[in-house]
Amino acid sequence: MATLFQGVGAVTPFSASSSLDSNKLLLPSRKSLSISDSRGSIFVYRSDALNLKAATRLQLSPGHQKRSPSEDLLLHQSRGSFGAFGLYLHCLRIAYPWHELLLFEALREGLEEEMERDPRVCVMGEDVGHYGGSYKVTKGLAEKYGDLRVLDTPIAENSFTGMGIGAAMTGLRPIVEGMNMGFLLLAFNQISNNCGMLHYTSGGQFTIPIVIRGPGGVGRQLGAEHSQRLESYFQSIPGIQMVACSTPYNAKGLMKAAIRSENPVILFEHVLLYNLKERIPDEEYVLSLEEAEMVRPGEHITILTYSRMRYHVMQAAKTLVNKGYDPEVIDIRSLKPFDLYTIGCSVKKTHRVLIVEECMRTGGIGASLTAAITENFHDYLDAPIVCLSSQDVPTPYAGTLEEWTVVQPAQIVSAVEQLCQ
Amino acid sequence: MSLSATKFVHPITTPPSTRSSDKPLFSTFFGSNHTKLRFNKPIVAAQRRSSSAASTSSPVVAVSDVVKEKKLKSASNLLITKEEGLVLYEDMILGRFFEDMCAQMYYRGKMFGFVHLYNGQEAVSTGFIKFLKKEDYVVSTYRDHVHALSKGVPAREVMSELFGKATGCCRGQGGSMHMFSKQFNLLGGFAFIGEGIPVATGAAFSSKYRREVLKEPGADEVTLAFFGDGTCNNGQFYECLNMAALWKLPIVFVVENNLWAIGMSHLRATSDPQIWKKGPAFGMPGIHVDGMDVLKVREVAKEAIERARRGEGPTLVECETYRFRGHSLADPDELRDPAEKAHYAGRDPITALKKYLFDNKLASEQELKAIDKKIEELLDDAVEFADESPLPPRSQLLENVFADPKGFGIGPDGKYRCEDPKFTQGTAHV
Repeated sequence: MATLFQGVGAVTPFSASSSLDSNKLLLPSRKSLSISDSRGSIFVYRSDALNLKAATRLQLSPGHQKRSPSEDLLLHQSRGSFGAFGLYLHCLRIAYPWHELLLFEALREGLEEEMERDPRVCVMGEDVGHYGGSYKVTKGLAEKYGDLRVLDTPIAENSFTGMGIGAAMTGLRPIVEGMNMGFLLLAFNQISNNCGMLHYTSGGQFTIPIVIRGPGGVGRQLGAEHSQRLESYFQSIPGIQMVACSTPYNAKGLMKAAIRSENPVILFEHVLLYNLKERIPDEEYVLSLEEAEMVRPGEHITILTYSRMRYHVMQAAKTLVNKGYDPEVIDIRSLKPFDLYTIGCSVKKTHRVLIVEECMRTGGIGASLTAAITENFHDYLDAPIVCLSSQDVPTPYAGTLEEWTVVQPAQIVSAVEQLCQ
Repeated sequence: MSLSATKFVHPITTPPSTRSSDKPLFSTFFGSNHTKLRFNKPIVAAQRRSSSAASTSSPVVAVSDVVKEKKLKSASNLLITKEEGLVLYEDMILGRFFEDMCAQMYYRGKMFGFVHLYNGQEAVSTGFIKFLKKEDYVVSTYRDHVHALSKGVPAREVMSELFGKATGCCRGQGGSMHMFSKQFNLLGGFAFIGEGIPVATGAAFSSKYRREVLKEPGADEVTLAFFGDGTCNNGQFYECLNMAALWKLPIVFVVENNLWAIGMSHLRATSDPQIWKKGPAFGMPGIHVDGMDVLKVREVAKEAIERARRGEGPTLVECETYRFRGHSLADPDELRDPAEKAHYAGRDPITALKKYLFDNKLASEQELKAIDKKIEELLDDAVEFADESPLPPRSQLLENVFADPKGFGIGPDGKYRCEDPKFTQGTAHV
């Protein structure tokens, strides 16, 4: 019943990339309702109007740099022509309503739409109510929905996360906000023991449709404890799903998908990405929690990334394209489980893999991803998988040192050059 | 406290005493200013002996005191009716016999792992849970078999769960320490202490939410959180006391203070051993009650549960109780003083209730023996059922990991992994 729709990623301040399509128009394939980003233009059935509406995707051809918004509108799909149908799709796109907003506003929009749709959806966390959220994701919601629905909790992460789990077991759909992802380390007991396990140990009797979200990642000189990446710590917990958003478009879509999911989902946001601006469709859309996003198709090498590193990669991609390389960039989005199909198709095409992540080197998402790709696609690889991760060091305060702990575009460029020799 | 060379001895009369043999059986409690548990009169030992029980409408008295006075009271002065008495007796006998059967089965190799038995503490479970409606929630710890039985989970299902069979209440996936029942609103069964208290707080929050946000009429479910004395030194306990009192959640925190956390005496672990005092520090009434006396527990439970149901907020009830067996079936229980064990064995809640029923002519020997027999047969049937039940098949391995099995993700072939029916058997690599 839900209408799922893939819109277009517009030009963002960080890079020139947009979500790209492949050549063909495809009907939604294996997924019941969800439609893959990488599948290209998509048909969406609206149950009310029985209209066929399709979204086209902007295509970034090699050498094509930043476009102005007006240029966007004039772009046709050039690879593989569609003729009249292509023109039809393009005209639809011009007529299709969009609005521009920042990433934290997109999160709020998704949250608000879900709260409007289902009265059991509630938010709990520190300063989410009257203060509006420390990153303003829940601004205005307490005034609209009341203090019980947008609950300001005392500073007791373990207990209010457990409270969220108890509420989820008894019929509500809570969203627990960690003011900073690092604070959720205090809630690790509840997340690991209860969130992940109770559905199983109760023999399937209780579901825990909880969303745990918050900003993590290395910011601007926030110090070691506020710059943590918890995705590596949580990834072994059976029974939870983890997703990381990187653009306003996928932030809203993933937020909505996470809230609607019956599984417990941890949504990783990034402190530095909250002010990203993008145009997103007015129409309602929900993304799939298990799928990866094709950011830029290419032929020479597959670059897998997520969250903030996507932008470092796209910046490096500009340089690489100038040097004549054609990288395929995939934002894996789903950190647990991995979308091995999208990744696999890409590996089979390019035979070289570079993983760029912000996690620590040891035991990070990249390490798991390397293992998964080696296990499944070893025969297709022409070179060993290279994984660029952050240094195994508590993030220093000094700006220069902090810069050197995370992967920078220059390192990505030289890694690609080395791999593609 | 005298320390001998080989073991720690706790003479019963050591101050500061939390044990009821030294002080009035019902201590005055300090509620917060605006909330008071409604009792007719504060009961003080001296007063009780002089005045007759008939002068107050429903006094809270010790079972042993009533017996001592040897006064035949009319039925209207009794705390329970015959039917209620038999229900209480049956529930406590079920708990006791079930736990004894568990021990037998464990030593016969039918169940494994950590099994924690509840012998001696039945009055707390029966006293509280028999006041609940089916929709009310119970959250327990690893010592949860009897809470499950009192709440209504059939003995068959609990026994098969312990045997690890597919017909167990959690399909054999939970075990002794993780009893859950959606039908009877038993929210677990938690292995780490203190872990269940936030979950209970969440269930109470859910209840309040349904009443105030969703405006559901009759959404007044109460949650009971059971936990022990060791848990009362844990952060989650205090965090939840704070939140429950802050938002006036419909929850009752029931502390089963059996004085021992495995081998750690409560007095050695706690700076102020009087747990009930911690309630008023957070703005809720704190009550200390004799947990070996089911009638007293019942009186306190009634007030606390009704207070929560009215929306007046949480209560902290400390039940002084004792476990007759070791911490678990793996515990040799050599540390506790035999004199202490003998003292509490003399205060066995089942014996006390039996005496009350006989002395007040509420039940005859035959009726109680008939109940005993009925429970024994029930348990034999439960064991037989569990024995004959099938073990979980391999296909059950990954079935309940996710409520929405799409969470296993998309495999290299493009299909969701859960679309392959063999997937739930598990693979060498996911």
